[in-house]
Amino acid sequence: MKARARFAVTILAFGYAFLYLPIALVILYSFNDSRLVTVWAGFSLKWWKALFENEAMLDAAWLSLRIGLVSATLATLLGLAAGYALARVPRFRGRTLFGGLVIAPMVMPEVVMGISMLLLFVGSDQLFGGPQRGFLTITAAHVTFSLAFVAIVVQARLADFDRSLEEAAMDLGATPWTTFLTVTLPLIAPALASGWLLAFTLSLDDLILTQFVSGAQSQTLPMRVYSSVRLGVDPQINVLATIVVALAACALVVSGWLTHKRH
Amino acid sequence: MRLVIALPYLWLGIFFLLPLALVLVLAFGTNAPDSVPPVELGVDLASFRLLFTDDLYLAAWLSSLRIAALSTLVTLLLGYPMAYAIARADPRRRPLLLMLVVLPFWTSFLIRVYAWMGLLSENGILNQFLRWSGMAADPYTILGTEWAIYLGIVYAYLPFMVLPLYASLEKLDWSLLEAASDLGARPLPAFLTVALPLSLPGIVAGCLLVFIPAVGEFVIPDLLGGTRTLMIGKVLWDEFFTNSDWPLASAVAICLLVVLVGPIMLFQRQQQRSLERRS
Repeated sequence: MKARARFAVTILAFGYAFLYLPIALVILYSFNDSRLVTVWAGFSLKWWKALFENEAMLDAAWLSLRIGLVSATLATLLGLAAGYALARVPRFRGRTLFGGLVIAPMVMPEVVMGISMLLLFVGSDQLFGGPQRGFLTITAAHVTFSLAFVAIVVQARLADFDRSLEEAAMDLGATPWTTFLTVTLPLIAPALASGWLLAFTLSLDDLILTQFVSGAQSQTLPMRVYSSVRLGVDPQINVLATIVVALAACALVVSGWLTHKRH
Repeated sequence: MRLVIALPYLWLGIFFLLPLALVLVLAFGTNAPDSVPPVELGVDLASFRLLFTDDLYLAAWLSSLRIAALSTLVTLLLGYPMAYAIARADPRRRPLLLMLVVLPFWTSFLIRVYAWMGLLSENGILNQFLRWSGMAADPYTILGTEWAIYLGIVYAYLPFMVLPLYASLEKLDWSLLEAASDLGARPLPAFLTVALPLSLPGIVAGCLLVFIPAVGEFVIPDLLGGTRTLMIGKVLWDEFFTNSDWPLASAVAICLLVVLVGPIMLFQRQQQRSLERRS
């Protein structure tokens, strides 16, 4: 018994150290005075100042934020519809294909999705002369792959709770629409909120899909980060990483609190 | 109700299914560098022929599959004990332990890969530590080798392995394990014959969630692997962006789908089954 407990503590300590040590070092070196990310030369906030004066990076962050807000909201609406259909409608034409289509973008290699969506937009450009590649095309691409995640969260939540609540409302004369708004929606609201957060995070982080479908002018934050990182380590990226980790921790606490509240 | 089904159906049809059909059409086209877009439609098998005869592409396929399979195995070997330890921990501590596994997943993938660049480079933190502690006099070259790719994949995908494993271990009826040991089974055989088979759905889901994206991985081989290691996702990227050979890139995408269609369908079936079992 003792030996097993010791083994559990050891493996967890090792696992968490593996997960967090690289992140901790990135954060530490965002306060480094030296340009070399591997040599410690004393505490300094100069890279923080540099990042907040970096116009290109700020523009990219603003574009990413706008795309994230719009695509997460659309993905949540479509994901809600898809998850509801899968959980509550046992039979309809093409249900198997539908179930497959909803989950597939989750596991599809991103390079394949990227090239395929670009071809779609190039095709529509040839046929209809638009849309111009940029905000719209990136948003559409992000909605497509993040709606799967929302749908799964919604479907799982709907599968978990008692259907008799909805049936009782209908027996008492509520229309399906009223039932959905007054019974179902409040019950799955926490799942929807964490689904939205997940879609938002995925959108903010996406590089590959975005690189394929973005036009020449639109540069999202991950695209900027990638082109800077390709040239080597850059302390400004460490600063950005620190901010991202802090925000992610906040998002996770909020989403944990939302799911905790439902119990 | 019809609208509820039709809207996402239509969206996925237009933005997911139709694009895949376009890739298939383009894979049989011919590269036409002078026109915009740089492709001529037709039925030309040249791209596929090149993929199957050129040693470079074959090598990229083989190393992609090898790297993905091996790193999935390592991720499982690290993730399983972690998931097991979390599932057997004090129920009050479990949410925090689980949250600590999920947190890296919520931070940027790109930045987590970047974190290893500073660690693994020739003058990186790891080499400095080795020199300082006297474990090694000469710096190791890790960045730019296959080892860095393995490390990167295991690191980036570990949460995807631990979560489904934990989900299936959490539901496990531990009294079965006690019954086995009451009947005289030693801990290891009891684990191998009781807990391991019962957590098999989690193992399959976790392995697929790591293996499928790892085969087509681009960011990790590009940033950590350097120019020497070839992976198929990087080949697709280079053919498309550097060489502007759209038909060849499309053919690579089609082959990638053919290789992965088995694992992807297995994952879907399992996901759907586990969700339907809950309702």
